[in-house]
Amino acid sequence: MKRFALAGNPNCGKTTLFNALTGSTAHVGNWPGVTVEKKDGTYKKLEENISIIDLPGIYSLSPYTNEEVISRNYILEEKPDCVINIVDATNLERNLYLTTQLLEIDVPVVVAVNMIDVLEKQGDQLDEKVLSEKLGVPVVKVSALKSNNLDDLMKVAYQASKKSREGNSIIQDKNLNHLIGDLKIAFKGKEVENPLFHAVKLAENDELETKDHTDLLEMVKEFKKTIKNEVFGDDIEAIIADDRYNYISKNFSNVITHKEKVEKGEVKETKSDRIDRVLTHKVWGLLIFAVILFFVFHLTFAEDLFFLHAFGVEFTPCFQDTIYEGLFWGEGGIASPGVILFNFFDMSFGAIIEAVGGALESSLPESAAWFQGFLCDGVLTGLFAILGFLPQILFLFLFFSIMEDTGYMARVAFILDRIFRKFGLSGRAFIPMIMGFGCSVPAMINTRTLADDKERTATIRVIPFFSCGAKLPILVAIAGGIVEYFGWGNADVITYSMYVVGIVAAITCLIIMRKTTMRGDAAPFIMELPAYHWPQFKSLMIHLWDKAKHFVKKAFTIILASTIVIWFLSNFGWNWAYLGEFDGSILEGIGSFIQPIFTPLGFGSQLAAFGFVFAVAAITGLIAKENVIATFIALGAIILAGHPELIEALEADGDGIEAAVAMINATGITWQGCISFIAFNMLTIPCFAAVATAKAELPKGKFKWTILFWLAASYIGSAFIYSFLSMFSAESLAWAIPVTLSMIAVAVGAGFCIHFYNKKRDAQSLEA
Amino acid sequence: MLKTLDQFKVGETGLIKKVEGEGRLRRRLFDMGVTPGATVYLRKKAPLGDPLEITIRGYELSLRLSEAKLVVLEVEGEK
Repeated sequence: MKRFALAGNPNCGKTTLFNALTGSTAHVGNWPGVTVEKKDGTYKKLEENISIIDLPGIYSLSPYTNEEVISRNYILEEKPDCVINIVDATNLERNLYLTTQLLEIDVPVVVAVNMIDVLEKQGDQLDEKVLSEKLGVPVVKVSALKSNNLDDLMKVAYQASKKSREGNSIIQDKNLNHLIGDLKIAFKGKEVENPLFHAVKLAENDELETKDHTDLLEMVKEFKKTIKNEVFGDDIEAIIADDRYNYISKNFSNVITHKEKVEKGEVKETKSDRIDRVLTHKVWGLLIFAVILFFVFHLTFAEDLFFLHAFGVEFTPCFQDTIYEGLFWGEGGIASPGVILFNFFDMSFGAIIEAVGGALESSLPESAAWFQGFLCDGVLTGLFAILGFLPQILFLFLFFSIMEDTGYMARVAFILDRIFRKFGLSGRAFIPMIMGFGCSVPAMINTRTLADDKERTATIRVIPFFSCGAKLPILVAIAGGIVEYFGWGNADVITYSMYVVGIVAAITCLIIMRKTTMRGDAAPFIMELPAYHWPQFKSLMIHLWDKAKHFVKKAFTIILASTIVIWFLSNFGWNWAYLGEFDGSILEGIGSFIQPIFTPLGFGSQLAAFGFVFAVAAITGLIAKENVIATFIALGAIILAGHPELIEALEADGDGIEAAVAMINATGITWQGCISFIAFNMLTIPCFAAVATAKAELPKGKFKWTILFWLAASYIGSAFIYSFLSMFSAESLAWAIPVTLSMIAVAVGAGFCIHFYNKKRDAQSLEA
Repeated sequence: MLKTLDQFKVGETGLIKKVEGEGRLRRRLFDMGVTPGATVYLRKKAPLGDPLEITIRGYELSLRLSEAKLVVLEVEGEK
């Protein structure tokens, strides 16, 4: 099967073209080694099927971003039969810059001038014949959005792919062409493929080329002595970049005939500019963004969509005790669309589990009762708990995709960059972080929009600190338990402070990373601000469908496996006999064994009977944070055995507050220990789904360290919180003050050491 | 009059004379069309004064003050 690669600038409509050409045949995978999505699909309207490969959007073939290296290597090494270069008709000058580089490769190239409809709507005309003549390759005018001329494009590309094409360069500088010619001959002598491309890149002092062809470097050096460009001296890289742009503006400025004559330097105000004047306004810009963000989360997660409580409206549900209650509204008021979807899934899943359970109960013999427990409590409950989040995750994704598609996300990065630079990040890092409040998985996937590997790693590491939806039940239950058992405080304040703790932890860790492992300059922030346009329904849906597939696949593999293992461990004893209860199970054994580790955190050996519960809950939480409170509720029933009225209260209370109270009562844990336990769960390894995502998204070699980072952050963080808070109780004051002070002293000391070490190292590197 | 881009006022236009800096950063500027001979119009500054938004080669580009410092221009006029 012939392979055609799509190459072009970001925002030139490449993905739209890809979707239009391949329809539903698209298939998403990851590039080997690096974590950029590779998409391929099939075009079926020619005499033979064509495989279409969507390369990442790039501005150049220089090796400075992952995307550029991938595209370059794909074309050079995988040798597609044709490269379709998509250029944006409304931004020809910059788009053709990439074209001039693609032309240097020995591969058939067809230029597709996209968004021609937009150009023509403005009353402008583009002469593709002139363009084709000058470039020396076929040019086809298309509109990917309206699917105009796409079949013509493919026919032309198909014809082009039948002949081989030798690369040509548009570089005008005579002296330079001499050098490139010589290098090309040298490369040919070495039987290197694509000699012209390599020759140009070597002359440009390209990182990858100079590494591979050290023998030819001497030639470049010798040559440099002979040239003296008036503007650039012997800076060949600059001469070539300048040459390309000069060539483009000289030859192609008359390709487009404008309806209205535009004076040179005159800037016309477009619709985009008018929108921008509001959205990136000096004062209102930040405020508008905050409001938009609030509504995105509100529409996804709110149980009181219309702020009935805030307005003091007493909401009396009608149709009480019907199926509608709980789906569209509850005690809190009328639900948001995200919550309605969540409820719908939740209720359907509940019904399925009940039906399956009932069917099994009546048909299975007594001896196989464990199978019902396995299927209903283990597999289905675990799986549905994860799948239940799918609607809200997709909902959140939909909003963020719209923001990305319309071009607003780039403005958000623009507005916030100043703040984030302080932590060595760019403004773009804000979006994945804020998504972390919903779910870490889409948040980590979203870090793909970050250009710099260092920035991605740092962002992925702190994403779990932005407490996700699944951690909220832990906060609610334990904060509620503290208030009810110890009789002081305010559950909302505790919950809110824990969110703040997470954010403070994230900032602290970013600063520490910035000073130690992630030193160096902040990634540059040279970013295109694309014109605003309406999001396209079709591409949004394709996007969401991809995400859903990805998520479901994960739920059915890694998460399913882990729930089965946990169920097995918590229901079977060491003698491999089915117990049907937690008492005496393997998990209890493991829990008791590791319990002492948590002593410095306040929920280890100091606890009385059932103290292992906290250890077990923390561990099951590593698989999914929903497990923490589920474990509490399951074990609460065991602890309260003999008090049927308490068990009833426990079961009636869906928030797990009663379970938390029972735990505190039985184990004698202090309130400091409770808060430390929340903090541990917030800061530690997030969940299986997030860990799997982090592994896929992190640059090579960073995964191990990230796991270690999470463990260290949660352990040190909660130990500090525990001892710090213990200073406020009379009985623990005696040990807590010296311990807290010495922890602070160690931290300050380490800070100074790092500071002076860095200073010394900088001074050394400056000397060198 | 020569001026670096970070000293431009919003609304000013200039012609690029020189791009300083080195390596990756400079290359990135070149790739995005920030080369000598290009006309730059400073559209706006972000709410916190940094980064900048410029119009260059018919599109909008955002860059930080620290990067703008590398771009030397001949002031052409104000709109």
